[in-house]
This record gives sequence, C-alpha cells and structure tokens, in this order.
Amino acid sequence: MKKSIFLGTLAVAGLAAGLASAQTLAEVQARGTLKCGSNEGLAGFAAPDANGNMQGFDVSLCRAIAVAALGDAQAVEFVPLTSQTRFTALAAGEVDVLVRNSTWTFSRDTDLKLDFKGVNYYDGQGFMVRSDLGVSSARDLDGATVCIQTGTTTELNLADFFRVNNISYEPVPVQTNAEGQQQYLAGACDVYTTDVSGLAATRATFEDAASHIILPEIVSKEPLGPVVRHGDNDWGDIVGWTLNALIAAEEYGVTSANVRELAAAPTDNPEINRLLGTEGELGAMLGLPNDWAVNIIAAVGNYGEIFEAHIGENTSVGLARGLNAQWTDGGLMYAPPFR
Amino acid sequence: MADTTEMPQDKFRLSQLLYDARYRSMTIQVVAAMLLMLSLAWLVDNTIQNLAALGKDFSFSFLGTTAGYDINQQLIPFTSQDTHARAALVGILNTLLVAFLGCVLATVIGVLAGVLRLSKNFVVSGIMTVYVEAMRNTPLLIWILIVFAVMTEATPQPRDFREGGGAEMILWDSVAISNRGVFIPKPLWGEGSGLVVAVFLLSVGAIFALRHFARKRQEQTGAQLPVFRLSLALFFLPALLTYFVMGGPITLELPELGGFNFDGGIQIRNSLIALWLALSLYTSAFIAEIVRSGILSVSRGQTEASFALGMQPNRTMQLVILPQALRVIIPPLISQFLNLTKNSSLALAVGYMDVRSTLGGITINQTGREIEGILLLGSFYLIVSLIISSFMNLYNSSVKLKER
Repeated sequence: MKKSIFLGTLAVAGLAAGLASAQTLAEVQARGTLKCGSNEGLAGFAAPDANGNMQGFDVSLCRAIAVAALGDAQAVEFVPLTSQTRFTALAAGEVDVLVRNSTWTFSRDTDLKLDFKGVNYYDGQGFMVRSDLGVSSARDLDGATVCIQTGTTTELNLADFFRVNNISYEPVPVQTNAEGQQQYLAGACDVYTTDVSGLAATRATFEDAASHIILPEIVSKEPLGPVVRHGDNDWGDIVGWTLNALIAAEEYGVTSANVRELAAAPTDNPEINRLLGTEGELGAMLGLPNDWAVNIIAAVGNYGEIFEAHIGENTSVGLARGLNAQWTDGGLMYAPPFR
Repeated sequence: MADTTEMPQDKFRLSQLLYDARYRSMTIQVVAAMLLMLSLAWLVDNTIQNLAALGKDFSFSFLGTTAGYDINQQLIPFTSQDTHARAALVGILNTLLVAFLGCVLATVIGVLAGVLRLSKNFVVSGIMTVYVEAMRNTPLLIWILIVFAVMTEATPQPRDFREGGGAEMILWDSVAISNRGVFIPKPLWGEGSGLVVAVFLLSVGAIFALRHFARKRQEQTGAQLPVFRLSLALFFLPALLTYFVMGGPITLELPELGGFNFDGGIQIRNSLIALWLALSLYTSAFIAEIVRSGILSVSRGQTEASFALGMQPNRTMQLVILPQALRVIIPPLISQFLNLTKNSSLALAVGYMDVRSTLGGITINQTGREIEGILLLGSFYLIVSLIISSFMNLYNSSVKLKER
C-alpha cells in the first residue's frame, strides 16, 4: 500500500518534471514575474542605475518580454549570472530566458540543448590595450598577458587566434567583467579581450578612457541574442517574435511616441496594422493579447530607440550602429514579415 | 523473518518485530535500508527523467574531444589542441600542488603558533591568540581575496622594473615580485648535474642512517653523538663538493624583462601564492588549536617529572610531551589536511587553474556535461581524500600508544 503510494508519487513527480519544460509562459504568468538571466554588471547592457533599477540594452529586451508575457515592464526579476553559470542556470530552469551577451554557436544550440531566438547585437571579439604600450595590431601581442572571462567563446577564439598566428600569450582567467576590469587597470594583464561592445562598455567606465585603445583586429563573429531552453517552442516563439517586433517597429517607423496613435485606428500600411494588432489575429497565435506589440513598444521603444538610449553614439559607451543597422540602411537587422 | 527465529517456546508473532527488543533493531535497519535505497532510486530516476526531458544523453565521450582553451599554469605540457581529459589532468596536478604546499606550510605555521600560544611570555601568547582567533573566525574566501588583492594591487607592474620605473628586483637581481607573480631563478641542469643530485639524495639517506645508529649507540652505551651538527655537515658538504668537482653543472637562469613580461626564471603566479598562503594561514589556525590541545592533554605532572630528572625544557618537549601529544594531534590533523585539499577548490575566485576550474569550470561550460563533470570532480576529491587519510592513518598507527 505504502509502496504503491510512493511509486505513484514518483510517477507524478517524473511526469511533472517532463511537462515543466513545456509550459514556461503559464509558469511565468502564475508567478507574476519573468526571471531573466542577465549580466552581473556591464555598462550599457545590464547595470543598475542610480536608483538601483536595472537599465541597459539587454535589460530592455527582458522588459519587452515581460510586457509580452505579463503586460508589465517592471515585472522582471533579474538573475545575475556569470559567464560560467549562465547556461546551467537556464537549463536547470532557474531563469526563463537568458539575455546576457551570449554568442549563438552551433554546439550551444545543439549539444547544450538551448535555443537561440535571434540576434539582438552582432558583435566580434577585440582586444583593448593601454595606448602607451605602443601596440597597433593584435599580432604584436607575442608574450602578452591577457585577461579573459572563463567559460566564454572568447576564451576559445583567443586560443585559436594566438595558435594560428603562432604567437604566445599567458591567459589570466577572470570570472566577471568587473574582475577583468580591475585586473586590467592594476596592470596584472597587458590586454583585456572580450566582445568589442563589452570593451567599449568597460572602457566607458574608466577614468582615463582616452588612454586605452581597442585594436583594429576583430577576430571572431559573435552574434549575441536571447536564449531559451530547447523544447518549449511556444515560449521560444514569444521571445523570438518580441525581438522581431522591436526590430520591425524601427523599420516601419513605429516609436514609443507614436505607437498609441498608430494603434488607435488601422493605418494604410498593412504590415504596421498586423504588427500592432489592428488587423489580423497575430497576438492570439502567440497566445497573447492582440495588442502585445503595442504594449512592448510603448513601454521600451523600438530597437533603434533602445540602442540609442543605452549604447548609441550619444551615450558614454558610444557604439556606432554598424552591422546592427536596419537592413534598409546596410546593416544586418532584418525581421521576418509579420504575416 | 518468521523462520529466522530459533525460540521454540514462543510462537513468533508479527508484532514482535516492533515490540521485541531482539527483533526491533533488525526491523528498523531493514526499513531504513529500504528507504535509503528508494530515495537513491528516486534520485537516479529523476535525473534520468530530467535528462530525457531536456533531450540530453549521459556520456563521457567529451573527455576525448579537443579542449580548445589554454591553461596558464601547467606542470605537464598542454596546448589548446589537447583533450579535455588532459586539461582535467593539468587541473588535478595544480590542485595536488597547492594542496601539498598548503599542507606543509600550514603544519609548520600551525605547530609554531600552537606551541607559542602556550608560551609563558604574555606578549607572545597574546599575539598568537589574536592570530588564531582572527584566522579561524573569518571565512577563508576573504583571506584568499585579501592576499590576492595585496599581491595584485600593492606590487609593481613588470614594466616598472625598467630603468626609472621605481621598482627593484631583490636578492642580487634574482627575484622579482610583481603584480603578475613572483619570478625566481630557474635551475638549469647541465651535464653531470645528475651526479650532484644523486650524491645529495645519498647524503639525505645517510642522515637517517646516522640518526638510527646514534640512537642504537645511545641505548647500548649511553654515549651521545652530536647528531645535529653531523647531519648538517652531511646535508651540505658532499653535494657541494661534488658540485665543485664536476665544475658547477647546475646554473641558474635569472628572470629578465622581455617584451611584455619577465622572460626566463620560474613564474610563481599570484593566484597560486594567494591560494597557497590563504589556505595555509587559515588552516594553520585550526592546526594551532589542535597542537595546543594535544600538548595540554599531556598531564602537567609529566613535565614536572621530566624537569625533576634534570631535563631541559626543549628536551622535555621533544622526548616527553610531543610523543604523547602526537597521539591526540594526528587524527584531527588528518581532517584538517582533508579540509585544506577540498578548500583548494575555492581557487576559482582568483583564477587559479585547479581541477575545479578546468574540468569543473571551463570544460563543463564548453561541453554542457554538468552531471558527468561534477561526478568526475566529486570522485576525484573523494579518492584524494581517501588516499590522504589512509596515509595519515598509517602514520597514526606508528605513533599511537603501543600496547604490549
């Protein structure tokens, strides 16, 4: 008798474990907050402001997903993760979505059983050195000591770059961007390497930002994007199309300022109408209200607005749009049609 | 159960399993064993279910694939093209290195601190009390970070050692203390150096033989040999003689400033120093208390009797107190060594590439094999701990009270 109850519990527990991965949206809605895996602190991408609110480029995407799932941009619990713990935390269900400068690679998408749902920033790995070191190319770095965040693709690119160019280096593994910054500034390493956006964001926080240069070599492709667990396709769709809605909104000129006005009545652009839900039932296909995209854009702005507000040329991070411009402007940002 | 009973007078009743003292303990053990096995089965089953739900398999084949990352401190050669298994081995050796160095230094400091804390000199014992209490009542991680911060922030950069940089090498320009580590001269083994090493090892063996002979002689005739002075001479003289006869085959390669960093010499990285010193200082506080309790466990009367026989205090400590105290000291000392070895996994905090950082960190992260990696990591620490405690148990059985 006791045994059968126990086995029954076991079976239910097993079943629950099996089903848990397929209902992330329901879990998020029952919990009332979105758990978003984020960087522990990278200026412009994810860092607390003076009031302790998380702000940044990646943070805005988390907030956009929270608006889509819950209708509230503040209903996000940010879970700071190191580069080493991030994928384990996502796979174990500690976070619902990971937006943490994570590079889309083959093995992460397949072997790690994760799903990358698009690219919110096209990046590449670079090297930062003190300008008084007199180095003008990464190929001059023979024998240099390099600070590197462990558990990243940059760690592997670094090994490849130095091996292919037949030069030597001494890696100094660090756990977080803050630790890398401290070691680099103390001179414990000659070079700090990570994605160029991260280098720019880090340099922006230096007192003497002008005396550090980012070397011209970009040694890798680093498409950064939001990640979800493999297997919950409905949730993956919501994350992916939230990003696409932000990108499409910029393309069609929908901004946080004019979105309410455009959504009030159908416009003469059917693509905008479908995006904003004044035509068709696209929201329902995601299991969301039909004005989901309106709420997102009203709360966080479109892709271009987010970019300019946090990492654009008028901010201290000062990144140019470059590859991240709309495809209509010669960039790679290209949202599939809303149809 | 029913047919195991051998009691003819009473017929076995089921309630006896619970109320009869003869069977009760057996009942409890069987139930406990069943519960334990069921919970183990549940754990395994849950793991399999969840792995299946994630679509992951369970395989150790990742160990044979290319690691792709570099490791700074290598006791055996390693490149990024080697396998994850070799990366794990490099990490294991780094763990063993810091554990060995830590155990040695912690024992030395711990014994000193423990003995000094019993000193009659108020200042000395007071300082040691403060040391022990400060060390063992603060978390180890803080000490690791403090030592590391001092090593990286308070020491000069390698380029400060250039002309006019303001930093100087010490010990006749042979040692450089920089914020990338301490650079020391590296011995170069020239032709004939093997002979010097062999002679040195032989003379170490001779020292042990001499001590054995001196003890035997003292037991038989009562005459004492100047063992310490003879040992000292044996330690240095033969090896030095061979060294000069062979024409100085062992030379030193001094560290020199190269392009970005020091070239030549041996680099002892700050991560190793921070971990080594912090582990040693922290564990030595516990060892000091163990040593103190061991010494206090030998009754005061023994000391007084020894003094009454005219023995000096250091002979009393050496011949009367320590041999008895060791019996009390060794068992808890084993567990301190085990703690130190396991605590070395905090290496990650300062980027020391131990097995936790290579196998349990980067490899797991790059391959996504969390369960396999953690299982391997756990078994490694288990095996090392068992080996350490078995060696220490051997030593313990050699010093414990011999009952004849």
